[in-house]
Amino acid sequence: MTVAERAAFPDDPHHVGHGAQAEAPGHGAGGPAGKRIVVGYGFWIFLLSDFVLFSCFFAAYAVLRNASAGGPTESRLFDLTTVAAETACLLISSFFGGLASLAAGARQMLWFQAMMGVTFLFGAGFVALEASEFARFIGLGAAPQRSAFLSAFFSLVGCHGIHVSCGLLWLLTMMAQVLAKGFRPDILRRILCFTLFWHALDIVWVGIFTVVYLTGVAP
Amino acid sequence: MFGKLTWSAIPWEEPIPLAAAAVVGVALLAVLVWVVATGRLPYVWREWVTSVDHKRIGVMYCLLALVMLIRGFIDAIMMRTQQAVAIGAAGYLPPDHYDQIFSAHGTIMIFFVAMPFLIGLMNVVVPLQLGVRDVAFPTFNSVSFWLTAAGALLVNLSLVIGEFARTGWLPFPPLSELAYSPGVGVDYYLWALQISGVGTLITGINFVTTILKLRAPGMTYLRMPMFCWTSLASSLLIVAAFPVLTATLAMLLLDRYLGFHFFTDEAGGSVMMFMNLIWAWGHPEVYILVLPAFGIYSEVVSTFSGKPLFGYRSMVAATMAICVISFMVWLHHFFTMGAGADVNAIFGIASMIIAIPTGVKIFNWLFTMYGGSLRFTTPMLFAIGFMITFVIGGMTGVLLAIPPADFVLHNSVFLVAHFHNVIIGGVLFGAFAGYNYWFPKAFGFRLEEGWGKASFWCWLIGFYLAFMPLYALGLRGMTRRLQHIDRADWAPWLYVAEAGAIVIMAGIACQVVQLVVSIRRRAALCDVTGDPWDGRSLEWATASPPPAFNFAALPDVHGLDAYWNIKAGARQQAVQQPEPRYQPIETPRSSATGFVTAFFATFFGFALIWHIWWLAALSALGAFATFVVFAWRDRTWDEISAEEVARIDRAHQAARQRSLAEAPAR
Repeated sequence: MTVAERAAFPDDPHHVGHGAQAEAPGHGAGGPAGKRIVVGYGFWIFLLSDFVLFSCFFAAYAVLRNASAGGPTESRLFDLTTVAAETACLLISSFFGGLASLAAGARQMLWFQAMMGVTFLFGAGFVALEASEFARFIGLGAAPQRSAFLSAFFSLVGCHGIHVSCGLLWLLTMMAQVLAKGFRPDILRRILCFTLFWHALDIVWVGIFTVVYLTGVAP
Repeated sequence: MFGKLTWSAIPWEEPIPLAAAAVVGVALLAVLVWVVATGRLPYVWREWVTSVDHKRIGVMYCLLALVMLIRGFIDAIMMRTQQAVAIGAAGYLPPDHYDQIFSAHGTIMIFFVAMPFLIGLMNVVVPLQLGVRDVAFPTFNSVSFWLTAAGALLVNLSLVIGEFARTGWLPFPPLSELAYSPGVGVDYYLWALQISGVGTLITGINFVTTILKLRAPGMTYLRMPMFCWTSLASSLLIVAAFPVLTATLAMLLLDRYLGFHFFTDEAGGSVMMFMNLIWAWGHPEVYILVLPAFGIYSEVVSTFSGKPLFGYRSMVAATMAICVISFMVWLHHFFTMGAGADVNAIFGIASMIIAIPTGVKIFNWLFTMYGGSLRFTTPMLFAIGFMITFVIGGMTGVLLAIPPADFVLHNSVFLVAHFHNVIIGGVLFGAFAGYNYWFPKAFGFRLEEGWGKASFWCWLIGFYLAFMPLYALGLRGMTRRLQHIDRADWAPWLYVAEAGAIVIMAGIACQVVQLVVSIRRRAALCDVTGDPWDGRSLEWATASPPPAFNFAALPDVHGLDAYWNIKAGARQQAVQQPEPRYQPIETPRSSATGFVTAFFATFFGFALIWHIWWLAALSALGAFATFVVFAWRDRTWDEISAEEVARIDRAHQAARQRSLAEAPAR
């Protein structure tokens, strides 16, 4: 808040109720934080809870990874080439997601839409690769109903895949909304949340890549 | 077309659930007809259903909890009666029905009574205590409430359409797997909890963000009232623990719906993984419930002792210690798993350690009362009753934390007595104390004291009569969940327990009468000062009920017990606070998003329970569309003009002055 603004509201120096403009970090002394900080912070808390959700599926996978019940095992199924392609898709998608948020910051509609479009394409590519991997496994007789190991595998990786798919739906909604409404402050906050979400899914993927695939094929 | 749903899903041959459902249905319909007939529907829709005001949402949460308390209690007294009459006999409840009742009782009491009651009180009070105008995400707050209500609705629907789970309040596999529970009961349980669990998670996120990011100027961490601290700890636990519940129930759903093998007996599934996962949520859940109650006691004891809370900082430290340690004790729920002596010893010791910060709290409350000028109001009585009762429950808890003792008492009614001891004596008494304490803040008139005190004594005596015999029976080897009893010598204990349940019923009746009497005598019980108890924290600084914007100008906080300091300063200088220069205030705009989302969520859950796939897809689409419509809004707030703010605030100040001038000096 500027000195001029402070002077304009001597009895309400923190200008509360007009939170959109407040710049207080919310650490107590300065009064309530502004909306951008509140929304970003709240979304971070949500992401942390989402990590806890994933950690349960990770834990279940760690417990059940050897419970293949005489069926296919990790080293027989996993193909690191597909996984490398999936990883590349996801990371490139996130890179373009970052560019899209820069474009939003610069209020460049065309660039924003283009970058979001590329983000979508690579994200959709990831989902397609994962779906084809799942189909290949099921074709090999390695369906999730086969063993506890496969149940845990499909759930953990699939949970991430569902997150990415929901993210893609969100992405399309954001593109339409920016097109219809422009770069309003509330929409910019949503873009911030979306990019946080997209990067968080990368972090989870790094975990899956390491815990599931790398240690799965390790001798 | 309708999946597994046919006319045979309605239990025509069972009179008890049908009659119960008919009563509930008639009551709901009567309320609805009354609302419509008296022309109140637009008011209810505008001011309550679509409201995103934290106070209104809080009141609706508490109302839901009170209604579900009656439902849960009916289950309880049916069980007690069954055990009292089924000694060497069959009793009046067939095993199939009895199992559904104990499952429904636990599920309802934890998820749809204790949780909404405490979250409701948090909603009403926390933003006011922090001195701000709303929670961080008001519309999501409404979504939270309505999703919780949707879960409650699904549980109650199971009375008439199909059946409820027979698997206990936590659906332990392999019994809860499709092979052993092929009906829809477990599915009702799972979807009701998944839907309401999302609501609870959003509440946790909302309150963590509110408490950490939205506080009045000068409200530093160590100036926050104790209830805000405990709400913060509880919300942090929700954020960290509820996803575990969601994931665990999702795994069970995958097992049941798609034939996965997480917890099955075959193909490598692990039953004990379910126990570990569910209790990794389940134990923190205990503290999610009891921590806000501890906060309520802190406020109540301090107010009615006329003293600041003794050892505030140690109380904060104890709260946060409990918050952390609560995640390190889950294994004490299944010492008998056979993890070995070392593992059991570690978890046993951790469980005993958690009693230390709890003990610190008890002593702090006692020292707060010591030397204070005590007022024995209803909330204070509940607080004192809590201190005595909870210490007993805590000690039996420490006893159960000793693995060798636990091997003897595991799954006995000693355990049942223990957790009712801490949940009734800790959580429920806290909720009742908060209900009596903050009711005048929410409605502008006090609850009648006579009936309140009567309800307290009934609850206290009823609790001891109902559960102390269970300690004795547990030590004699009676296991929990018995549909009939073969030992005639247990009869006297079971009769006393039944008598206790009847006394508790009298307590609930007193509470209903108290509410009715208070509403009818609201003119006499009216409080225009906004500060009926001579309170210490900021919720008492504004009118009762507070205006939509809570505070005309945000208070400036200079220390602990912020409002007490303001009052003391005003008394010393013998001057009124100068009138602030009123500014227009933005308030979040009402939204039907929460209600409509919950509407679709209910259908989504119902459709999945009955395998009506098209309806599930349609409902999911509807929920998504609701959020898109919400996101497309152009105007997200309403502005209250400076003149309106001034008018409301001046009216309140004038009424307060008149009342203070008339009242004798305190």
